[in-house]
Amino acid sequence: MPEHTFILNGESVTVDIEDDVRLLWVLRDVLGVTGPKYGCGLGVCQACTSHINGKAFNPCSVPVKDLRPTDEVTTIEGLPATVGRELHPMQEAWLEYDVAQCGYCQPGQIMTAVAKVRQAREEGRDITEADLDEIRNVCRCGTYHRIREAIVAGARKY
Amino acid sequence: MGEQHRPERPDTTSVPSGGIGRRTFLGYVVAASTLTVAAPLGETLLAPTEAAAAVPSVPGPSEIYDLNDMLTHAALPTANLITIRLDSDGTASFALPRAEVGQGITTSSAMLIAEELDLPLEKIRVTLADARPELLFNQLTGGSNTTISTYTPIRVAAAVARGRLLRAAALELGEALDALTAKAGVITSAVTGKSLTYGELAEKAASVATGQVSVTLKEPADFKVIGTARGRIDALEAVTGRKKFAMDVHVPGALPTMVCRPPTINGTVRSVENLDEVRAMPGITDAVRISTGVAVRGRTFGQCIDAVRALKATWGPGTAEDASDDTVRAELRKAELPLPALDLLTKSVDARFTFHFASNSALETNCAIADVREDSAEIWASLKSPITAQEDIATKLGLPVGAVKVHVTEGGGSFGRKLFYDAAAEAAEISKAMGKPVKLMWHRTDDFRQGRTHPMSTSRVRATYALGQVLTYDQRHTSVATDFGHGVGEIITAEAARLPVGDLTFSETVFTLTQQTPYDFGVVTQLLSETDKRFNTGSMRNIYSPNVRCAQELVVDELAKRMGKDPYRFRRACLKEERARAVLDKVAELAEWGRGMPAGTAQGIAVHPEYHAYVAVLAEIDCRPETTGREIPDAYTGPRVTKVVCAVDVGLAVNPRGLQAQMMGGIMDGIAITLSSGLHLTDGHFLEGSWDNYFYTRQWNTPPELEIVVMPPTTETPGGAGELAVAGAMAAVACAYGRATGTMPTTFPLNHGEPLGFEPLPTSPPIPASPTDGLSRAF
Repeated sequence: MPEHTFILNGESVTVDIEDDVRLLWVLRDVLGVTGPKYGCGLGVCQACTSHINGKAFNPCSVPVKDLRPTDEVTTIEGLPATVGRELHPMQEAWLEYDVAQCGYCQPGQIMTAVAKVRQAREEGRDITEADLDEIRNVCRCGTYHRIREAIVAGARKY
Repeated sequence: MGEQHRPERPDTTSVPSGGIGRRTFLGYVVAASTLTVAAPLGETLLAPTEAAAAVPSVPGPSEIYDLNDMLTHAALPTANLITIRLDSDGTASFALPRAEVGQGITTSSAMLIAEELDLPLEKIRVTLADARPELLFNQLTGGSNTTISTYTPIRVAAAVARGRLLRAAALELGEALDALTAKAGVITSAVTGKSLTYGELAEKAASVATGQVSVTLKEPADFKVIGTARGRIDALEAVTGRKKFAMDVHVPGALPTMVCRPPTINGTVRSVENLDEVRAMPGITDAVRISTGVAVRGRTFGQCIDAVRALKATWGPGTAEDASDDTVRAELRKAELPLPALDLLTKSVDARFTFHFASNSALETNCAIADVREDSAEIWASLKSPITAQEDIATKLGLPVGAVKVHVTEGGGSFGRKLFYDAAAEAAEISKAMGKPVKLMWHRTDDFRQGRTHPMSTSRVRATYALGQVLTYDQRHTSVATDFGHGVGEIITAEAARLPVGDLTFSETVFTLTQQTPYDFGVVTQLLSETDKRFNTGSMRNIYSPNVRCAQELVVDELAKRMGKDPYRFRRACLKEERARAVLDKVAELAEWGRGMPAGTAQGIAVHPEYHAYVAVLAEIDCRPETTGREIPDAYTGPRVTKVVCAVDVGLAVNPRGLQAQMMGGIMDGIAITLSSGLHLTDGHFLEGSWDNYFYTRQWNTPPELEIVVMPPTTETPGGAGELAVAGAMAAVACAYGRATGTMPTTFPLNHGEPLGFEPLPTSPPIPASPTDGLSRAF
């Protein structure tokens, strides 16, 4: 079976698995990293959103063979370590606004939020209503409004 | 699910005790090595006298429950009790016999314990109880009923614990009880200043025998926790990804499992050509034919998706072959009950509304883990009717009920879906067929196409009026049959038994028990008829109310218009109850009802009473072309609700912050079912197969402005909240749309008749392959 190596939450991991298995299943079923959730497997709902080299992506839509040994994959479990803290400021904002209801989509929402803030900063501006409108993550509990509030507040924390 | 006309609950009755009218209840202290206390769930016992002792009787119908089981359980004095355990680390643990699916009941339950036990919220652990058949109907989560039904029992148990701890402290410190005070998990003597923690007392306060204790609950005026805004107790786990849902639970040997399903609703497997070939695919361990399709099991779900797509099966017809939206609507027309004859001289508003099929699919798809052995079985799933699931699965497996252990996991949303146990039953069937544990997950596309739906319905309304008054209001609601096969809670059976509805069907009874008209509209009749049992249906964050009340509120707007009245003032004048008027006034005031707005935009206002609670919603909508024409890839934009103001009165809000969250979610649901989220039925199958086909509210549909006001307490007991806002929001958004466009909308969702906003996924293979271009879309 082919071997695939990449960096997961700061540590290099190697897995034996067929080339075309999507990364989401490598994370969840092989490595037991369950923060990224399955909501569609179609790159639509964004529940599995994680980061690759700092950018938001959907592991459900990436065959494991596309990863290089130097690629850094960060799931919600590894997000706090990227800022060297117990919790990422965005997670703190999520707690402050008591955003989660069932919580199923929230790891993906937070990973998207961090990427959206980074994107806006790279463009030298604050997050806007238009940025928030672009977020595709589905929340079937309808926590959208608190997500918007938390992103704006979270962005001010770091 | 709904519940009303509840007779006065025990805790609304004051029992004189010591001349000061405080509430005294019976709880239990349970024999255990550490302090364990209990209270009866369901019929909370008011203490007749201090010395009285009575074993609580087991309520409800008995036919579903084996007599032998009942005798066994009845022999245990504490069998149908809920229990709280104090541990030496100073924490209190409670297993809630309900399903937490996001509605915040673990948090509100912890708050009830914190209140009566005087223990900080963070020291209270609330988990979800396994199926407990001895609770009979008292383990059903539905009808916005959890807080109503557990409000007193949980507090009684906590109060028993507090009393025992105080007594133990008195003995330990050698001081009189009245010299001691309990605060934040510490008991302190006012005389000596000495103190003991609950942790230090947990074992000393334990009892060697089980016995009854009478307790007095705190007066609402003394509440320090109940009624205060608190964050969810599982919030940290949710934001760190540590919260465990069914598919995150590790059960040894339970490998990923999926099912290849038929192309039409409830189709059947005729033959499978290539089982052996599929078994030999990478990672695949098993492939077997089951009643609902062909199940595959493998190392990863990704490999299961490939295997499902590779299966070559021949399918027999389903239950709704050739059915489409139009044929179902024609059937509904035929089944409509007649409206009363109309005098030709009477002025009337006549309207007919259509509500299309909608999906109650949660973000977590149907899923369950099953480990079926020769003589036992174990199930893990988010279940709102775990007892019914346990009994049904046991029957199907040919096992005694007691041999099937059903664990209730945290749920990734429900909205009615998890009242059913389709995945748990299917997982058990597969595990038995394969002889191995399985972790079964439905694909998203299956969840939309073969999963439960909210049934299509029509509402025919006629209201007559004269001299500024509504004289009659008649509504005939006709629906594709709603499946209530998940078992029924005491919430409905108890009420049904008390009402003169013996000749009605169960659905008609539910309709009668849940539908009401909040206005004085003269002679009012509201009737239901159901037809067509071919579909997999269920409730969807309420059964009938969002549709029935939306139709009614639209007619109210039309009546106001015909009579030249302001929609808000007309409602205000006709409302029967002061609490309804108060929430209506609140939103009208906060959102400046009647403020000037540009053409193509408008306000809509509606009020909705249910479950001893009242909600009013004022929505502002923008239907101008520059808004409806917004272009977002793979999305439905359409009219945008730009602002919502909501006022809610649930009597007593245990956690106002959680209540606001429930209102927020209900508002997003109301926006979706009014504007955009429906299913298209064509040739026996639904076209929608992903979240970019089924247009539930997304960020680009979310109102940028949202305000939710929790009214000050109006009663001393909580009402229901989980479903309340959906009907109010649906009606307000529909009324706003009608006022913005000048046309009363009559088909929901509003976009249903527009050209399809997506390319339907194929039905064969039944599920799509996952994309491979994820890296190119990283941002």
